[in-house]
Amino acid sequence: MIRVVLPQHLRTLARADGEVQLDVPGPVTQRAVLDALERRYPMLRGTIRDHVTLKRRPFIRFFACERDLSHESLDSPLPEAVAQGKEPLLIVGAMAGG
Amino acid sequence: MSNIRVLVGTKKGAFILTSDGKRKRWDVNGPHFGGWELYHLKASPVDPNRIYASQTSSWFGQVIQRSDDGGKTWTPPGTKPEDLMGPDGMPTGTSNMFAYDTSIETGRPLTTHQWYDGTQKPWEFKRVWHLEPSLTDPETVYAGVEDAALFRSTDGGKTWRELAGLREVKGSLWQPGAGGLCLHTIMLDPADPQRIYVAISAAGAFRTGDGGKTWQPINKGLRSNYELPDPDADVGHCVHRIAMHPSRPNVLFMQKHWDVLRSDDAGQSWHEISGDLPSDFGFPIDVHAHEPNTIYVVPIKSDSEHFPPDGKLRVYRSRTGGNEWEPLTKGLPQQHCYVNVLRDAMAVDHLDPCGIYFGTTGGQIYGSADGGDSWEPIVRDLPAVLSVEVQTLP
Repeated sequence: MIRVVLPQHLRTLARADGEVQLDVPGPVTQRAVLDALERRYPMLRGTIRDHVTLKRRPFIRFFACERDLSHESLDSPLPEAVAQGKEPLLIVGAMAGG
Repeated sequence: MSNIRVLVGTKKGAFILTSDGKRKRWDVNGPHFGGWELYHLKASPVDPNRIYASQTSSWFGQVIQRSDDGGKTWTPPGTKPEDLMGPDGMPTGTSNMFAYDTSIETGRPLTTHQWYDGTQKPWEFKRVWHLEPSLTDPETVYAGVEDAALFRSTDGGKTWRELAGLREVKGSLWQPGAGGLCLHTIMLDPADPQRIYVAISAAGAFRTGDGGKTWQPINKGLRSNYELPDPDADVGHCVHRIAMHPSRPNVLFMQKHWDVLRSDDAGQSWHEISGDLPSDFGFPIDVHAHEPNTIYVVPIKSDSEHFPPDGKLRVYRSRTGGNEWEPLTKGLPQQHCYVNVLRDAMAVDHLDPCGIYFGTTGGQIYGSADGGDSWEPIVRDLPAVLSVEVQTLP
């Protein structure tokens, strides 16, 4: 199972407690994980990536294994530790402080 | 006895204030959607327990919420199990998808508007500013959005389609104002279901007579001496708010950037009614529920200083349809007050005497149960208030 950590506001919107576990068929890429996430939690559609272009929203970041994967291709494989469920994919609201 | 429900949208969530018809004691319920900007909440006039809400965030974008039990529980429309799966197994719920119509079939595709540097910029959806439920059908609701456009849902908010003819009214010349290129006012004519009025910041007021297919600008008589190179231009005027009394849908009242105006011919022409106001800059304007000639504004010092003149929060009332105004101060702070009242943050109830309500950027909701003669804070320390709507319930 793929583990995904959502930011607090999206956990509330999805009515999900804690970490989300997803069954992702086939190669584990950003696109495959987001497809599985939106299939399970349709109210998250449009909140992480654009409905039409499927581009990541500007203030959303994807972290895993202490790396920023936000600029990786949607179809690149995620780190092996994420694919094996040892590490979570973190979906993060970017810092925008003042 | 009637009950009153006040729907408050703030920078950090929604609040629902309820009282009996005496309007003395209030229950404050919230925050709903804490931490999100709630631009607007409004209930269906034909199904008062159905409330639509615009929930937005710079991080996570737009969410539409709907309650069918008067605000106790909320769901994004179209996320029930039976709504979910399309033929490809993906969810079909698209209640937060506002895609501009660029199709050939519906007319000339318009894809850009004026940008600050004189170039054309593609239309880009940012948020829903205002939701206006139909006067007759609880499943139909209109959404005014930024970048400016009008959308309609006929399935309770599950899906949205743009009424794209609006942007053909010189849309390529529209240019965002400081608050964004937002469509913030939608008024449905109770006497003519085909007629809709809308207003857009830094573009002006517009009217359709055919249910939204075609539109015309209704800005004759507006003068913007310092904001536009041609003060009498067809489009470009910064209309802040329009109001009407349902018994007289041809009579419109407008708070423009500067100037308060009135039209007696459904917007064909306007004349100024600022009269003896201390400042004719401001945002909201509203009409008394039982006196179509009694109107309310909140003068703000200037476009450079968005606070009340002299630090005194004063609602001004005209009982003559404009020009002659009286300050209403009883119960409102008359010193050191530097809050603003935004365009969607004033509303009236339908009791007798009429109740008036407004919210401030300082988080106060003030209510008057006597037509504005005296005011009391219902709640003082909410986040900055973006919108106020009132329901008079049986």
